[in-house]
Amino acid sequence: MKVDTNLKDMLGAVSVPADWVGIREVYEAQSPRMIRDGVPVSNGRYTTHGIMVEVLVDGQFGYYGTPDISKSGVEHASRNAFEQAKAASKYSVHSFTHEARPKSVGTYRSPFVKDIGEVSAKELNILLLEAYKHLKVSDKIVSASSLARTIETNFHYISSNGSDIIQEFLMLEFDLSATAVDGSNQQTRTFGGMRGTCRQAGLEFLDQMEIVSQANKIGEQAIELLTADETPTGDMDLVIASDQMMLQIHESIGHALEVDRILGDERNYAGWSFVKLEDFGSLQYGSEHMNITFDPTVSSEFASYGYDDGGLKADREYLIKDGILVRGLGGMESQIRSGVNGVANFRASSWNRAPIDRMANINLEPGDATFDDIISSVEKGVYVESNRSWSIDDYRNKFQFGCEYGKMIENGKLTKTIKNPNYRGISNPFWNSLKMVGNQDTLGIYGTPNCGKGEPNQIIRVGHASPVCLFNNVQVFGGA
Amino acid sequence: MENKFKSLSNKLFSELKKDEILTVSCTAENSQFIRLNNAKIRQTGLVDDADIQLKMIANNRTCTGSFTLSGDSEIDLSRGKSEIERMRLESKEILEDPYIVMPSGSGSSHEIITASGLNFDDAVDAIMPAVHGVDFVGILANGRMYRGNSNSLGQEHWFETESFCLDYSLVTKNHQMVKGTFAGTEWDQGKYESYLQTSKQKLKMMELKPVSVDTGEYRTWFEPAAVSDFLDMFSWNGISEASIQQGCSGFGKMRHDDVRLSPHFSISEDFSTGMVPKFNSNGEVAPSVVPIIKDGELVNTLVSSRTAAEYNRTTNYAETGEYLRSPQMKPGDLKQEDILKALDTGLYLSNIHYLNWSDNPGGRITGLTRYACFWVNNGEIEGPINTMRFDDTFYKYFGVNLEHVGGDTEFIPNTSTYGNREIGGTICPGILANSFALTL
Repeated sequence: MKVDTNLKDMLGAVSVPADWVGIREVYEAQSPRMIRDGVPVSNGRYTTHGIMVEVLVDGQFGYYGTPDISKSGVEHASRNAFEQAKAASKYSVHSFTHEARPKSVGTYRSPFVKDIGEVSAKELNILLLEAYKHLKVSDKIVSASSLARTIETNFHYISSNGSDIIQEFLMLEFDLSATAVDGSNQQTRTFGGMRGTCRQAGLEFLDQMEIVSQANKIGEQAIELLTADETPTGDMDLVIASDQMMLQIHESIGHALEVDRILGDERNYAGWSFVKLEDFGSLQYGSEHMNITFDPTVSSEFASYGYDDGGLKADREYLIKDGILVRGLGGMESQIRSGVNGVANFRASSWNRAPIDRMANINLEPGDATFDDIISSVEKGVYVESNRSWSIDDYRNKFQFGCEYGKMIENGKLTKTIKNPNYRGISNPFWNSLKMVGNQDTLGIYGTPNCGKGEPNQIIRVGHASPVCLFNNVQVFGGA
Repeated sequence: MENKFKSLSNKLFSELKKDEILTVSCTAENSQFIRLNNAKIRQTGLVDDADIQLKMIANNRTCTGSFTLSGDSEIDLSRGKSEIERMRLESKEILEDPYIVMPSGSGSSHEIITASGLNFDDAVDAIMPAVHGVDFVGILANGRMYRGNSNSLGQEHWFETESFCLDYSLVTKNHQMVKGTFAGTEWDQGKYESYLQTSKQKLKMMELKPVSVDTGEYRTWFEPAAVSDFLDMFSWNGISEASIQQGCSGFGKMRHDDVRLSPHFSISEDFSTGMVPKFNSNGEVAPSVVPIIKDGELVNTLVSSRTAAEYNRTTNYAETGEYLRSPQMKPGDLKQEDILKALDTGLYLSNIHYLNWSDNPGGRITGLTRYACFWVNNGEIEGPINTMRFDDTFYKYFGVNLEHVGGDTEFIPNTSTYGNREIGGTICPGILANSFALTL
């Protein structure tokens, strides 16, 4: 279903004397299908549809999210949003003007070849069952599952200062998981960790993943981990695969650079940041090999879009260039409040939540080292893949991550498999220990469907692309 | 809302064909959200939301769907009929489900909690004057919440409650913080101002000179809010029977190796407080109390009817995800006034943050100290500590290292608003562990 409400008519129904009015309509349909242990555990279609009416009154924005998409519904919503804003305006954090909602007119449509209707529920069930059969390579696989989730999202945003933006997305999440057990030894292997295999794509994405061979590999690696040695404890070189770099970037760069966080909005929930407003333009965030972009223009990456939910056009920008922090993750409201250069990242999870500063695609740009260059440069170290545990403090300093699968690196070669690889560090010194960045051939494009932030809470989709990277002298350790 | 739900459900049931069974659930709210930073208003607004979830059993298949209730009965009926038709077609295509959970036609319930809550129009003036002069950051979530469930066999449940929750932090100039959560159903302006005053008093302690703590193992007192965060982890690859069966539970040692926690540790799923509905998304009504760990021994896991069918267990009508809906931990005998003396020298942790399993089979959880966390020396609070990472197993701090359990319990409200406002919370005491590992 497309969003086909005549929002111009709806805007005309607003009678309150607001300084600015915007209406954002969102329709989303998710269809998760999952086979676990040979039987279907999910075959559903979950939709949500509503509008958020936003008004600006005496410098304060007020909102009303409602599923009532009628003229009377909009009139009711705008009147109540007006009253909320009016009451709050004497205590506003900042007195905004309509400059916080720039005028934009345009469309965005995510790329796809095969639309949802081109693969039936039956075909998807059979495909997922086949994947399950190839995950269960041994009786020691006590549980295995395969998941495909399609997501259709449609936005229409219109405002009293002339914005009119339509955006349409088709997305796909895919995962495979196998858990092997031998006594108290439990090992799980997945397809990229944390449901990280997600794209803006049609069902052609399923044809591109070599699902059967991937399922076999995942099942076999889960079994392999049962007899693997424990990860050694000590400070050593760490080579991180792109599916774990995804989380490293997300937690220790992405969230730390959100300007609303730096301004303190999140201190009661997600936390603050070690980055200060005065750090932009000068902080040596990482080594000279580190180049981080905000890039909503990458075709098929999970969080590409044309405009943010405040109407700002989205462009590629460097956040960190040659290791120096140059720009923040702040939409127009944060840019106005902070004076820091930002990006188009004012995003809401749906029609029932107001936009805040979020990540989109936050990517580490490739360097020039081959995978072999990286491994051969390490005398003693560990190579890790696929996240399974993540935790970081409220200033985005002290992190600890666990991975599904590891290999020892000894004298420049990958040697034995190791289980329970964990590492911990502090963001700024960790990124300054970045020694080598892999080239385009080592680049992996991942994302996460479950980035949580904000009060009220919001889950949003973000993308992360990264090459394989080498860090020096990292605290590595294993399981209990 | 209840009438709309009933009317829609009955119309949808009349659309069914022979041998089709439909369950209709409702999650709805009329909410006000006021977000604050620096004792000023950052964002403010209202949200009306109503999500209708459908589960259809037909042709030995289970199909699910959902749609938003618009409030227009014709639109909503059309959306529902369209979903039924889609599920009917799909039930002929998808794989057979050998573990279908059939709903029951008996055991209906009805509970409406009415209260003099905080009027939306009065909220700003009620909250703001009292926060003047202090760096206050947080959110007010306020309004009515609804949960409904009915099925085509005749069962009907309805639960409706009014609540507010002001979840906040106070911050010193040196970035030290104190957490507060003023929540309830009846708004009392005097109680609010008094509660806030207590937080302000606590903030003064955060102005003591900070103490630097090294990594290592320390005697530690955990306030109830911190204990509640640990108990939350039981609902994620812990207490679920399915997760034990599927090899991804931290409770495996208790199930398979008869490892026990401390005899001072007991926790139950306890619906007797009435703060959350007893019925689940299948319309099944849970027992009033399900003991989970009794005197250190795992006596029950949470078993949904589907898990019961799949693994040949007995259901205790847990929700499909087998998470704790109304946990209560049993208090001990350590009196509030004796806590510092019993701790003697070590850590006093009011809150913890960002927990995750670092070794799930071993029960090891990592996370960080946050908010009012202090170093205590010879029974006296010396000063707030810097943020520290911990990594330790609950088999120790709820087990061999559990020295005392606090004599008083607190209600820690569930403040989550992902998708919708959550209902209920955890009732638990604080604990004193004789060793707890800080790692970074």
